[in-house]
Amino acid sequence: MVVAVAEESRGADQARPWIDQARSDYWQLIDTEHRLEDLYNLVNVPQAIWIDEQGRIVRPPETAGSTDHFRRMDLTTRTMSPEDQAERLAARQAYMEAVRAWVTTGKHALPADAARMNLAKVTPEIAEARARFRLGVWLRANGRAAEGDLQMAEASRLYPESWSLWRQAADLDEVGKAGGPEFWKRVQALGEKPYYPPPKL
Amino acid sequence: MTRILTPLEEHDVATHDGLWMSPADAEAVTGWTLKPEGMCRAELCVPLPSSAARADEVDVAAFWQKLGGPVVASEQRDVWALGAPADERNAALEGLEAPDFTLPDVDGVPRSLSQLRGKKVFLATWASW
Repeated sequence: MVVAVAEESRGADQARPWIDQARSDYWQLIDTEHRLEDLYNLVNVPQAIWIDEQGRIVRPPETAGSTDHFRRMDLTTRTMSPEDQAERLAARQAYMEAVRAWVTTGKHALPADAARMNLAKVTPEIAEARARFRLGVWLRANGRAAEGDLQMAEASRLYPESWSLWRQAADLDEVGKAGGPEFWKRVQALGEKPYYPPPKL
Repeated sequence: MTRILTPLEEHDVATHDGLWMSPADAEAVTGWTLKPEGMCRAELCVPLPSSAARADEVDVAAFWQKLGGPVVASEQRDVWALGAPADERNAALEGLEAPDFTLPDVDGVPRSLSQLRGKKVFLATWASW
């Protein structure tokens, strides 16, 4: 069973066009407060968690089919080279194949120790960032945008590794800002660090 | 009234001087009950310093911080958020039991992960931004 969760503080109507286009027969859930990110310590989209029949995590949060090839795209035309497009597609297909193999044979499920080792630790700073983000979403939803933005900015300062916190806040400020010049500046500042760490399959 | 956001709920509560409130409201907000030995939930009691509890009220901000949870407030201090303690999140994840959640689907129907017990679940996030 696939469960797709839209981390979408603007709500269902913002997500609906993509959901309609997907014509999925699985659950399409809306997470306006990024509750799932709090529970599972997520930092970006798309990320996935694999959960077995007993409700146990067999692969902790990991990048789900995206790659860093976009970082080399031509920003004037917003296109990637054919080679990069092909590599990106191949990585996505490999991940999809891994998911299929897990469903049919159990392959790629991690033993408990390995699954635990791949978990990122929640720190008190991260916990505070989540609380401030929740407060920020509430303030924004109740007509107090400037106050909400202050809380969200503080959340990003406390947890700069979370792209979701920063990009959602940017999007709430203005649609498109999450992928605008400030986003690219942040991506470039990563240097050698990955934006989408590849899953260790 | 003060609006208090917990990880899963929202409450409107009468407070003063931060988050001092009646024991009944403290229980509704936190799930913990004020007793002579401290704030208690099931078998577990967390002692409170005398500065954080009186006979008829409790300082929920002080209690929550004692649990290790973040306490943040709006500038006007009329809306507060109590976040989940980091240790609680880590313990839950390290136990490897997938934390349950309930979220609305795109048509507003609530769906819970626990409804899918017995099936493999590929839980994936995405966003429009």
